[in-house]
Amino acid sequence: MADHTEVDSVSGTATTGHAWDGIKELNTPLPRWWVITFYITIVWAIGYWIVYPAWPTISSNTQGLLGYSSRADVAVELANLEKIRGGKMAALATASLADIEKDPAMLALARAKGKTVFGDNCAACHGTGATGAKGFPNLNDDDWLWGGSLEQIQQTLLYGVRSGHPKTRESQMLAFGKDGVLKPAEIVTVANYVRELAGLPTRPGYDAKAGAKIFAENCVACHGDNAKGNPDLGAPNLTDKIWLYGADEATLIETITNGRGGVMPAWEGRLDPTTIKAMAVYVHSLGGGK
Amino acid sequence: MNQTVKPDDLQPVDDYGPLYEAHKKVYPQSVSGTFRRIKWGLMGFCLGVYYFLPFIRWNRGLAAPDQAVLVDLPNQRFYFFFIELWPQEVYYFTGLLIIAAIGLFLMNAIGGRIWCGYLCPQTVWTDLFYAVERLIEGDRRERMKKDASSDPMKLERISEIVLKHSIWLLIAWWTGGAWVLYFNDAPTLVKELVTFQGPMLAYIWIAILTATTYTLAGFMREQVCVYMCPWPRIQAALTDEWALNVTYRYDRGETRTSVKKAAELRALGQPAGDCIDCRQCVAVCPTGIDIRDGAQMDCIQCGLCIDACDTVMTKIGRPPRLIAYDNDINIHRRQEGKPPVYKLVRARTVAYAAIIAVVGGAMVYKLATRSLLDVNVLHDRNPIAVKLSDGSVRNAYTMRVLNKHGFDRVIAIDIEGPANAIVHVVGADSVTPDRPMIVVGRDQTEELRLLVTAPAENNPDKSIPVKFFVTDIGLGVVASAADNFVSP
Repeated sequence: MADHTEVDSVSGTATTGHAWDGIKELNTPLPRWWVITFYITIVWAIGYWIVYPAWPTISSNTQGLLGYSSRADVAVELANLEKIRGGKMAALATASLADIEKDPAMLALARAKGKTVFGDNCAACHGTGATGAKGFPNLNDDDWLWGGSLEQIQQTLLYGVRSGHPKTRESQMLAFGKDGVLKPAEIVTVANYVRELAGLPTRPGYDAKAGAKIFAENCVACHGDNAKGNPDLGAPNLTDKIWLYGADEATLIETITNGRGGVMPAWEGRLDPTTIKAMAVYVHSLGGGK
Repeated sequence: MNQTVKPDDLQPVDDYGPLYEAHKKVYPQSVSGTFRRIKWGLMGFCLGVYYFLPFIRWNRGLAAPDQAVLVDLPNQRFYFFFIELWPQEVYYFTGLLIIAAIGLFLMNAIGGRIWCGYLCPQTVWTDLFYAVERLIEGDRRERMKKDASSDPMKLERISEIVLKHSIWLLIAWWTGGAWVLYFNDAPTLVKELVTFQGPMLAYIWIAILTATTYTLAGFMREQVCVYMCPWPRIQAALTDEWALNVTYRYDRGETRTSVKKAAELRALGQPAGDCIDCRQCVAVCPTGIDIRDGAQMDCIQCGLCIDACDTVMTKIGRPPRLIAYDNDINIHRRQEGKPPVYKLVRARTVAYAAIIAVVGGAMVYKLATRSLLDVNVLHDRNPIAVKLSDGSVRNAYTMRVLNKHGFDRVIAIDIEGPANAIVHVVGADSVTPDRPMIVVGRDQTEELRLLVTAPAENNPDKSIPVKFFVTDIGLGVVASAADNFVSP
């Protein structure tokens, strides 16, 4: 190996004998501390393999001398968390909805819990601020298709609307146009009549009397004589300022022609009863609750 | 009148060495004198405050901590004698930091690095560690001899070293221990710590601070001041020509000569320097510098060289303070035969003192007039406003009511804003429908959801100001917060 020990004249360092395009590589060894640290890491790794789970076996893995398991750690942490929350959540589980709202500590807990769960499960349709969108009710206002009391909100949460749950809520807005019950001209007339009920401007020259007649024959069963709606049937109040799908003539014509059938999933079985309770209190406290 | 010597004529310091020199161990010699006494006194005072302050009690009534100075992190409170601060009042600490910074500047403008020489924890603990070392291993010469000895492994020497490090570790451990006492009830924590039932965090902090004190004061010493501390660099930029610094009066000292030769020269009526080059000022210096090289960054201006030099001057019958707190202006005035002038009142010192007074005054005023009932209001952003079925508009707010009193209070909430607006508090114990009342526990914050509804006929068509009032029914104290009411 004597031919490798050429010495670079400038630095006085031996070269490795490798050269690229006339540039020679100096044989500068790694600093000793670096090499020692590197060896220590190797020794450390071997020790780590022995004391911690490391190597995969056919169906499992080596368990390690410490018997460490991250799953067991998580289980312990979750158990601790349950212990910390334990009493409070248990109190929430047994208290009635009205009592929860009266107790500041329980109310704060239910609201905090509800807010988190709302973000995970409800915000996709109702929005992070529960403001809803076209076809998805705003939960901050006081207009409730199925009622805004604590119990009514809880029931909607548990069983949903047109969710397929045996106890689900089901409303029947017919497709008056599609099913041939009303002719297009009648639909335009009744749409304008509904706008008049809500105090909105109507198309010039529309026949109010004919509108009233069509409404009385087709709509009062659900929406009531005075068009104030019926929370038992999920029929909206047509005289107020809040419209789930919009109150302009075109939208109303579409609604009457094709009907509406929004879906709210049932949360029973997906969320535990205490969580649904907390959700009901949270939604109620958004401000629209009755 | 002594021979005139300009600073430029002094022997230049070796400026051509490497940027980082291998550590040369410093063996400061013991010294006695005015400045040494001041240092002992300040060391005793500073360490006494640090080590024993957590044990002072202060009665705050039932269910409140009775430790005079306590940082209560879990409950987010800071107690300082009669003052109790909440996280919302963290600006007091900003004020304290400003005062501390300007105080440092003021010290610097008056007497240079007073902080470094007398008050800095690094100086105080290093000084204490040196005292222990001197007590066990002897003074400068003995220590140098022992370290240089070719046969260091004698039993006596080993026991000395073990004893020294044990005492150092003991001091360091106490230092770390005292730190954690500021964060928990001191007597309880001490009991828990010695029975090994204290919180893990406390042990970790004690370990960290024991290790840092032991390392910084026992081994790194002046290296901390010279290489780690930013203050010497900043200080050099903040000082001015009037600041009194530890100064070698070269006008009087040069040319250095022996006692005998100086006496001969004086007998002939010729000028002779007072410095006899005995190097006592170098021997006692804790950073190992020669003050006669002039002002330098490594000098922490502790004044020990003044004491050393005064001792020598007294011995050889020359006037003291050849090294003194002085400045170049006065050296030049003396050379010109004028009396020295010490200007403490300058634009700089006046400005610093004024800033300290203003900030301090503002803090005292704020503290004296601080309310024990506070309210913050935050407008809901999502949604910003809600239209109700009858056309009225509602805005929601999150209100925080802070009761800093030591008793529960009944609070009524009123608003002033949109006409005929109704305020509703979710979960409130209302007595009258539109005047919600809540109970806020002692020393507690209550977070409330507020719904303000303005009727349709009074709908403001834009954002209008709204003011919230919380009234303590018992004491009649009112606090308020302003926000806006928005229409969609």
